Formats: sequence, C-alpha cells, structure tokens
Amino acid sequence: MAPRAEALPEVGPAPPPPYPAGRPRFSPGDAVKVSFRDGPGHIRTPWYIRGRTGRVERVCGAFPNPEELAARRDGLPALPLYRVRFALAALWGAGAAQDTLDVELYEHWLEPADAA
Amino acid sequence: MPHDGHETDHDHAPPADADDRLTYWRRMEIAVRELLVEKGVTTPAEIAAQVTRMDARSPAVGARVVARAWTDPAFRDRLIADGSAACREMGVEVEAMKLVAVANDAETHNVVVCTLCSCYPRNLLGLPPDWYKSRAYRSRTVREPRAVLAEFGLRLPEGVAVRVHDSTADMRYLVVPRRPEGTDGWPAERLAGLVTRDCMIGVAVPQT
Repeated sequence: MAPRAEALPEVGPAPPPPYPAGRPRFSPGDAVKVSFRDGPGHIRTPWYIRGRTGRVERVCGAFPNPEELAARRDGLPALPLYRVRFALAALWGAGAAQDTLDVELYEHWLEPADAA
Repeated sequence: MPHDGHETDHDHAPPADADDRLTYWRRMEIAVRELLVEKGVTTPAEIAAQVTRMDARSPAVGARVVARAWTDPAFRDRLIADGSAACREMGVEVEAMKLVAVANDAETHNVVVCTLCSCYPRNLLGLPPDWYKSRAYRSRTVREPRAVLAEFGLRLPEGVAVRVHDSTADMRYLVVPRRPEGTDGWPAERLAGLVTRDCMIGVAVPQT
C-alpha cells in the first residue's frame, strides 16, 4: 500500500458531547423570531422559515455551529439548539388551525419576539 | 406522492435502472474513491465493511423499539424523555445525533421530513426511501402535510392535529405510532411485525 499522504490535513472525529456552551437564552414557551438574513456557506436555517415567528418547544442541548464545521473549524463554543414550533396556517395562510411545524434552529438565528 | 415502486405489483414496467451511464457525479465518486485508496487514506476492505454496516441497519431495529414502547409504559416514558438513552438500553446507538421520539395519540399525528437534505434516523430505520429525498416530499410536507399524507393513503380526521417535524439539525426523529386495537396480549415480537418503516416516518399507521 502507498504511504499515507503527507499533504492531507488531519481531520479527526468531532469531539464527544457535552460541548462547552453558554446558558440558553430562551426557554420553552418563549416567542422567538427567526432572523431574516442570508450569508455564505453551510446554513441550516431553511429559507421558508426566515423572518417567521414561533414558540420554543424544547431546548435540545448545545451543538457545534454547523456553519463553522463546514469550514473545517471546530464550531465551538457550541450553540444552544432549539425546536421551535410554528402554526402551519400562519406560515402559509392556509391549512388546519391546529396543525404545526417544528424546526430545529440554532440560537444565533433567533431573536426575542412579542407574540407567536 | 410516488411510493418506492417496488413494493406493489403494478402492470406497468418497472422504472429503468439508473446505472446505464457514467454521470459526472458517478465518475467523481469513482475518482475520489480510487485516489483515497491509492493514497492510503482508506482501503477497499474498509469501504466494503462500512457498506455492510449500513446495509445491516433496517426498520426492524426501530420496530423493536416501538414494540417495546407499546408493551412497557415505563420504557415508553423514558423513550419520549430521552430517545437516545432509551435506545441505548436496547443496544441501539444513535451516535452523535440525538433521537427525539414523538408519539401519536387520539389527537395528534406526527410526520417527519428533512427539507434541507435527507436527515433520517439511519441507525433505527436503515437507508431512507427515495421518496423521502425527493423535492416533492420535502417541499410539500411542510406546506400541505394533509394532502401529502392522503396521497400515501392516510386521511386524517379534522380533529387530529398534524405535527410536522423538519429535521434540520442535530436531532433525528422516530414516530411512535398508536398501538392498533385488538392486539391485547400480543408479544412484542408479533407487535413489531406491524410497525413498518412508513409508520415510523409518519406517512402510515400500523394495520392488523
């Protein structure tokens, strides 16, 4: 077998959780608005939810920032990740009033909001 | 919404194999794989072992977890509270991702989608079906879930709330369907036979 190539950067597995992180800024039930912005790189906030308002369903823990991981950095400090619940009828202007959509969103995409 | 196409007997011809020509991306995959082997980063044996490992995962793993939840209320509570930890009890590792188990009940039906790509609880369900990765399923499920479910043959009463889960980040989702009527006293192994892949994605409900 050929020797291991010198030029390849060392990419180890991601460090195990729990990751160092700050206290979550939001709690379950808080109304939050998703930032309406764009940027380069690997963003895991779907377009359709940017600028929309929902309520925190749960705090999922802290995870490395995927926008940093995609650039081969460690993504630390980890960001609190939330599941935010949106009313489908409010999102699309149609649909059953009781139907909902939960989306996972990292804290740096969320702003406080007055009401969901 | 098209199903896999291989599960039912239709009269029309099966879809043509897609392996008839070397597309740009197939050529790229072969080139990268051969380079990685040539440079000693990985070996054909390691690649084959990883393929075998992936193929060994199937919806039967998830079905075993659901059947346990149906027969063991304390386990069900633990599964809903922390899906990863409960699966670990059964020897099922969800690895770096966290498992969120969402349970259907008389008032709620859950369905899972990944609008960004094809995030899927592979450790519990194996590889995702092709339709799960289709643009139609991904874009429509967050917008008109009832219409999508109806195309799968699942018509939900108006009184049932639909909870769509867009798997955009580090969580993975397992739908725990309702246990069908008339299955009292069934052992977990028999119950697991009712729990199909589609039930655990949320586009079907178990049938007896």
